[in-house]
Amino acid sequence: MAIFLTKDSKVIVQGMTGATGMKHTKLMLGDGTNIVGGVNPRKAGTSVDFDGTEVPVFGTVAEAMEKTGADVSVLFVPPAFAKAAVVEAIDAEIPLAVVITEGIAVHDSAAFWAYASSKGNKTRIIGPNCPGLITPGQSNAGIIPGDITKPGRIGLVSKSGTLTYQMMYELRDIGFSSAVGIGGDPVIGTTHIDALAAFEADPETDLIVMIGEIGGDAEERAADFIKANVTKPVVGYVAGFTAPEGKTMGHAGAIVSGSSGTAQAKKEALEAAGVKVGKTPTETAKLAREILGA
Amino acid sequence: MDLFEYQARDLFAKHGVPVLAGEVIDTPEAAREATERLGGKSVVKAQVKVGGRGKAGGVKLAATPDEAVARATDILGMDIKGHTVHKVMIAETAPEILEEYYVSYLLDRTNRTFLAMASVQGGMDIEEVAEKTPEALAKVPVNAVDGVDIVKAREIVAQAKFPAEVAEKVAEVLVTLWDTFVAEDALLVEVNPLAKVASGDILALDGKVSLDENADFRQPEHEALEDKAAANPLEAAAKAKNLNYVKLDGEVGIIGNGAGLVMSTLDVVAYAGENHGNVKPANFLDIGGGASAEVMANGLEIILGDPDVKSVFVNVFGGITACDEVANGIVQALALLKSKGEEVTKPLVVRLDGNNAELGRKILSDANHPLVQRVDTMDGAADKAAELAAAAK
Repeated sequence: MAIFLTKDSKVIVQGMTGATGMKHTKLMLGDGTNIVGGVNPRKAGTSVDFDGTEVPVFGTVAEAMEKTGADVSVLFVPPAFAKAAVVEAIDAEIPLAVVITEGIAVHDSAAFWAYASSKGNKTRIIGPNCPGLITPGQSNAGIIPGDITKPGRIGLVSKSGTLTYQMMYELRDIGFSSAVGIGGDPVIGTTHIDALAAFEADPETDLIVMIGEIGGDAEERAADFIKANVTKPVVGYVAGFTAPEGKTMGHAGAIVSGSSGTAQAKKEALEAAGVKVGKTPTETAKLAREILGA
Repeated sequence: MDLFEYQARDLFAKHGVPVLAGEVIDTPEAAREATERLGGKSVVKAQVKVGGRGKAGGVKLAATPDEAVARATDILGMDIKGHTVHKVMIAETAPEILEEYYVSYLLDRTNRTFLAMASVQGGMDIEEVAEKTPEALAKVPVNAVDGVDIVKAREIVAQAKFPAEVAEKVAEVLVTLWDTFVAEDALLVEVNPLAKVASGDILALDGKVSLDENADFRQPEHEALEDKAAANPLEAAAKAKNLNYVKLDGEVGIIGNGAGLVMSTLDVVAYAGENHGNVKPANFLDIGGGASAEVMANGLEIILGDPDVKSVFVNVFGGITACDEVANGIVQALALLKSKGEEVTKPLVVRLDGNNAELGRKILSDANHPLVQRVDTMDGAADKAAELAAAAK
């Protein structure tokens, strides 16, 4: 069953005809993703050949949905145009929009989030600045390498792309139901809590791995949520114990300001909620193995 | 990017927030003319990106141009909480201040919206107000689409219980401050104090602005606001090469791909350092997805140019990027540095995992570079890098 994305998902790509869009559309197709179209108003009516698979290009998200029944959009749109592209996806009421784009201005992401909320959040937004999500063996919506691991019963939610890959690799022999990269920006659509709730409800997920990093209080709030709502075992990892205050570590959201947002505070909150927290990615994987007896 | 007070003042003025006249100078003698232009008296204010400069003696009144020169002489070069004063603002003296307020806009990450904060107890440390008398600090969510018009501004003013005689004027300031916040792509705009002066006017006497660097593509004027002089030279060199680098105070140079993985690498090296003379990471460097030979060479060049670095840990997980490309990148980078006459003398520990890891490892083994060691687990490689750094210390 997995979460948010299955073999039945019909995926369109906004920004498919750009270099990054082309590269990753090809990879997603290779992972079995049912890509039904691309969106680019200037190339509407044409199609792109990906090793024998013809993917039509539509002028708008709404048109692509109408003609193909698409229910997922993956966005590879440059930062300057990302807000308009997300707003278009929201207006079309596509159920899931995965925003891969890195470097979107906070005023833009805050604006499209406010817009999504004002429209009743009919579109689930994942990202921005995220690797997307994968349901191994079924579908891949984003840039997570499809060949790291196989289908299995671990659910993964992470703020970081490469740590997602690292953790999938550490546990590759067990496999994953779904892995969701929610992104490291200050304003993101889908949160740890949203993914935790979905994994809790997913009968094909037995254990959840949650990867956080410094900045904000999302992990602390996730800890409260786990305490109250999650019955499945959760294993956690938090990156950035040695990050100094006031320095942004790569992700726009990864910054310790004063006493808030430290890795130690997040670890303590998670442990108080019964989450086993590893000191390193490898140790975290070991904790997951112990619980699963694998 | 945090701005100096004078830069915040300039942006406020540009968007109609009422401020006093002022100009920034960096020599004591320039204080004289600047003060003359203000009618013969001024306030000399240290420009540092840290709070508490008033208490530290960084703000002084000057009744004459000569006195302004004397005060500027005192303040320039002063150390305020580890920040050296390189510039002072010569500001118009404020009319008699009757009351001091606080207003700001910032991002509320938790609620994914903007927040207006306002208090009639301004002037002091607002964190103290928030802690001791939270009821005195109004926090009003602001929808990013709707923004702050005069109606919304009046709502903020009402919630913060501003006195009736200033309410409308403060509301007007709140609208102009919102304009500043949006037009400049700011993450924070703060006025403290917002003063009511004897004339009844409302003036922004001091302010803080922090800008979103992700918006630089539509804010061409922001580049000039960067404090290039204060940047660490290695950080400046890295920035010029578009590398995501932060200088830290340890001995193990770090290169990795992906912000989360690099942050995690710093932690793992610090843990390993506990067993090896307490060595620590010397930097954060994320070379991103591509990791071409050129990017790798640029990264290595920056890190090897750091005299604090005793060993280097290259930690790459091949996702989309294949490890054989990364390994070739490392080999070519070392050759490239050599051809530029920069002989590498510090040991490198390389861990490659993921896509085509076996191929990548083979390339490194075949290259057989005397300074490059392969360790195939992240924790093991961190331990080796820490050990080598401790040995070279």
